[in-house]
Amino acid sequence: MPAIPSGVPERARTVLDEADISRALTRIAHEILERAKGAEDVMLLGIPTRGAVLSRRIAARIADVEGTTVPVGSLDVTMYRDDLRLKPARALERTEIPDEGVDGRLIVLVDDVLYSGRTIRAALDALNDLGRPRAVQLAVLVDRGHRELPIRADYVGKNLPTSQRESVKVRLREHDGVRHDAVYLGTDPATESETAI
Amino acid sequence: MRRHLLSTADLSQDDAVLILDTAEEIARLAARPIKKLPTLRGRTVVNLFFEDSTRTRTSFEVAAKRLSADVINFSAKGSSVSKGESLKDTALTLEAMGADAVVVRHSASGAAYRLANAGWTTSHVVNAGDGTHEHPTQALLDAFTMRRHLGGFDGRRVTIVGDVLHSRVARSNVQLLATLGARVTLVAPPTLLPVGVANWPCEVAYDLDAVIPDSDAIMMLRVQRERMNGGFFPTQREYSRRYGLDAQRLARLPDKAIVMHPGPMVRGMEISAEVADSDRSVIVEQVANGVSVRMAVLYLLLSGNESAIGHVAPQEYPHENTESKGAAA
Amino acid sequence: MSTTYLIKNASILGGAPADLLLRDGNIAEVGSVVSAGDPVVIDATGLIALPGLVDLHTHLREPGREDAETVDTGTRAAALGGFTAVHAMANTDPVADTAGVVEQVWRLGREAGFCDVFPVGAVTVGLAGERLAELGAMADSAARVRVFSDDGKCVSDANLMRRALEYVKAFDGVIAQHAQEPRLTEGAQMNEGELSGILGLAGWPAVAEEAIIARDILLAAHTESRLHVCHVSTAGSVELIRWAKSKGWPVTAEVTPHHLILTEDLVQSYDPIYKVNPPLRTAADVTALRAGLADGTIDAVATDHAPHPHEDKDCEWAAAAMGMLGLETALSIVQHTMVDTGLMTWADVADRMSSAPARIGQVDDKHGRLIEPGEPANLVLVDPKAKRIVDRTALASLSQNTPYQGMELPGAVVATFLRGTATVLDGKLA
Repeated sequence: MPAIPSGVPERARTVLDEADISRALTRIAHEILERAKGAEDVMLLGIPTRGAVLSRRIAARIADVEGTTVPVGSLDVTMYRDDLRLKPARALERTEIPDEGVDGRLIVLVDDVLYSGRTIRAALDALNDLGRPRAVQLAVLVDRGHRELPIRADYVGKNLPTSQRESVKVRLREHDGVRHDAVYLGTDPATESETAI
Repeated sequence: MRRHLLSTADLSQDDAVLILDTAEEIARLAARPIKKLPTLRGRTVVNLFFEDSTRTRTSFEVAAKRLSADVINFSAKGSSVSKGESLKDTALTLEAMGADAVVVRHSASGAAYRLANAGWTTSHVVNAGDGTHEHPTQALLDAFTMRRHLGGFDGRRVTIVGDVLHSRVARSNVQLLATLGARVTLVAPPTLLPVGVANWPCEVAYDLDAVIPDSDAIMMLRVQRERMNGGFFPTQREYSRRYGLDAQRLARLPDKAIVMHPGPMVRGMEISAEVADSDRSVIVEQVANGVSVRMAVLYLLLSGNESAIGHVAPQEYPHENTESKGAAA
Repeated sequence: MSTTYLIKNASILGGAPADLLLRDGNIAEVGSVVSAGDPVVIDATGLIALPGLVDLHTHLREPGREDAETVDTGTRAAALGGFTAVHAMANTDPVADTAGVVEQVWRLGREAGFCDVFPVGAVTVGLAGERLAELGAMADSAARVRVFSDDGKCVSDANLMRRALEYVKAFDGVIAQHAQEPRLTEGAQMNEGELSGILGLAGWPAVAEEAIIARDILLAAHTESRLHVCHVSTAGSVELIRWAKSKGWPVTAEVTPHHLILTEDLVQSYDPIYKVNPPLRTAADVTALRAGLADGTIDAVATDHAPHPHEDKDCEWAAAAMGMLGLETALSIVQHTMVDTGLMTWADVADRMSSAPARIGQVDDKHGRLIEPGEPANLVLVDPKAKRIVDRTALASLSQNTPYQGMELPGAVVATFLRGTATVLDGKLA
């Protein structure tokens, strides 16, 4: 049994392992290409921090399949969150919009876990201040339910039924310094899930 | 709990880096078509200026507005009250108006500290320059500008030249740059150095020419008109010759060294027009960076239910523990 | 006919317990007093009896600033602090620079009745430092002025200071100098040192005090006239006065209670409650002042009680008035810093806070005398074991600018007697 990465509840169980995650991302890459009918005007914007990692992985798979590189960037939504006043002031993450700009493009927002939908609402607001995309879609590795806003994902790695007391933790090699990617599900009454909102 | 930005001494290295990193992220947003962020929507920021300073006030105003805060400019200068009570009364007035933050500029050293700790207001207080004490956001924007040009602080040599005695910019910079790991040298005639400067976290020199070749950044401080008649140095000409930055001295700076000035400049006195307008000068950039840095400060102080940076108010009012704090054993 | 008091078991100057009988304004008997008529008996077991304290340096603010203090409220505060005599400083409005003003203050003191008020006369007209006030007229007035001071301002003109010292010899007066070189202290806000540099507050260098003291010591020697140095605050000043005394020159000096305990570190709060003239100095200065007071280099403790209304302190540092209350806390601070530390005995306290200031102020015919039969019954009973927490709202002074708010201080004045009449009993005004 491998050691539990930091921040993951001790009695968490692995719901997606590295191979599962890899397959899910490959599938999402294919689905994006299918629905967009090619990579022509697609731009991937990951929501930091793990969404940004996932968006780069998806972009790499699209390049493998299609032979073209889609622009990929990151979109920090911190300043647009609706819960800023509920928590201590926090550090900003990187926003990096590719030089092509968002106007007229098909933007695929990428995040690790879809939960209340509030992060995506903030992302849509942030995007609105950047320009006017042709369309906006959403790709997530895990959809754990419990939506608080009328938002749904276009591409889902795994639908994971959860209770609100449970936490979902995504650990990725590039980001978390772990040896293997994994998604954990556990009950951690002491700490709020970092993806709670 | 952290609430205010009163002095750069309030900032740990982590705090300072957080402000600079945040400012860096914010600066990246400056090129967007819509510059406004919704972050401080519904918050009220009061610019309380007891001294004229159009550039600092404007910089804070733009910063607050870009974060969607409501901004009230309260210029207390020239009002009928010129004695001390006005700071308190003004604070009470602003408190009644529901100000979330007060950005204060005042001619009295410690005015911001007093405003934050005297129990007159529950607002966050940002020191925008208090007498000859500190001007922390100026030092932060200077550090931001330096980091962009010099790549970091570790071992970088910063030379600050001029009227250190009366300069709040110098005090804030020495403290902050020491926290960030830079090596600071103050250069001034001995009459314009404070007593006890030898114990500051910096070097002190009287000879500008000796320090010039070892400077990665050189910051020229303004020499105020009233000092020229205060007997601090014999003549403007002598000061300019010994401590002014002219083309000859500029030529002796290392290749990538930058020239800074907190403004407003007295061209021909501490800096020649030629130097101020040279490609080494980052003076205009400093002004632009001021907005990003002040946005970062307002964001980190105001956006959450607890500030991410800043002054920790004394647990007890000083009276309560006089014995331990101030009494000799 | 006044009340007769029998004080049982008081430790006189901290010595063996004895009874004291106070009758007709005098100390009638000392020792083991057997019943004498029908006196009011005060059990003074555990209490120390000292001669009534004498303050050389009090600002009563009347006339002119009755919003800060009046002779009435100031003398109430004095009585509660154990004082039976105070010297009222001249920087009132109008300035006490004429016989008329000093007599007014003197009369107000008599009317209040809580302690004797001895007006200090201004050295120069309007404290302006330009020409001598009518020193002789004030000396000859009903107020019988012997101490002259421009306190709050320095008599900085060397020639004027020389003339003042010479002139008061005619009536055995003394010039009490506020030693502050004005050019070295323009706009000064706090002690000059590393801290003033960091806080950005204009420095008040020790040399500004010491240079004047050095000059005045030499002038006193030259004129063979009496110099008294007000509120000595630096180690260097103590050294200069020690040197003057070693020469046998007629120089005396005082230190305030606050300079025996508080240091400049408090200014970091930018709270003007700590703003005072001369400024709070360093811990090394405090140590030197305590040593100087203990060895007699500094003759007296003087409060420099300086009341200011709330609005003059509830503001930013630079705008605030300079000064602190002192009368009601002086004895406690001296006990805390000098007695409880073993630097002085209670007999020393009686000297520094009563006998010596009475001698310097030339009121030693009535005050600062021995506790012996036949002497005027000016006495204070102190409970050295008592503790109290300073509450500025509970002070008798009209103002509240005490720097000791919330501090626990040792010692309490239980009773004060002025010529046999209790001005304070059970720690309250009688």
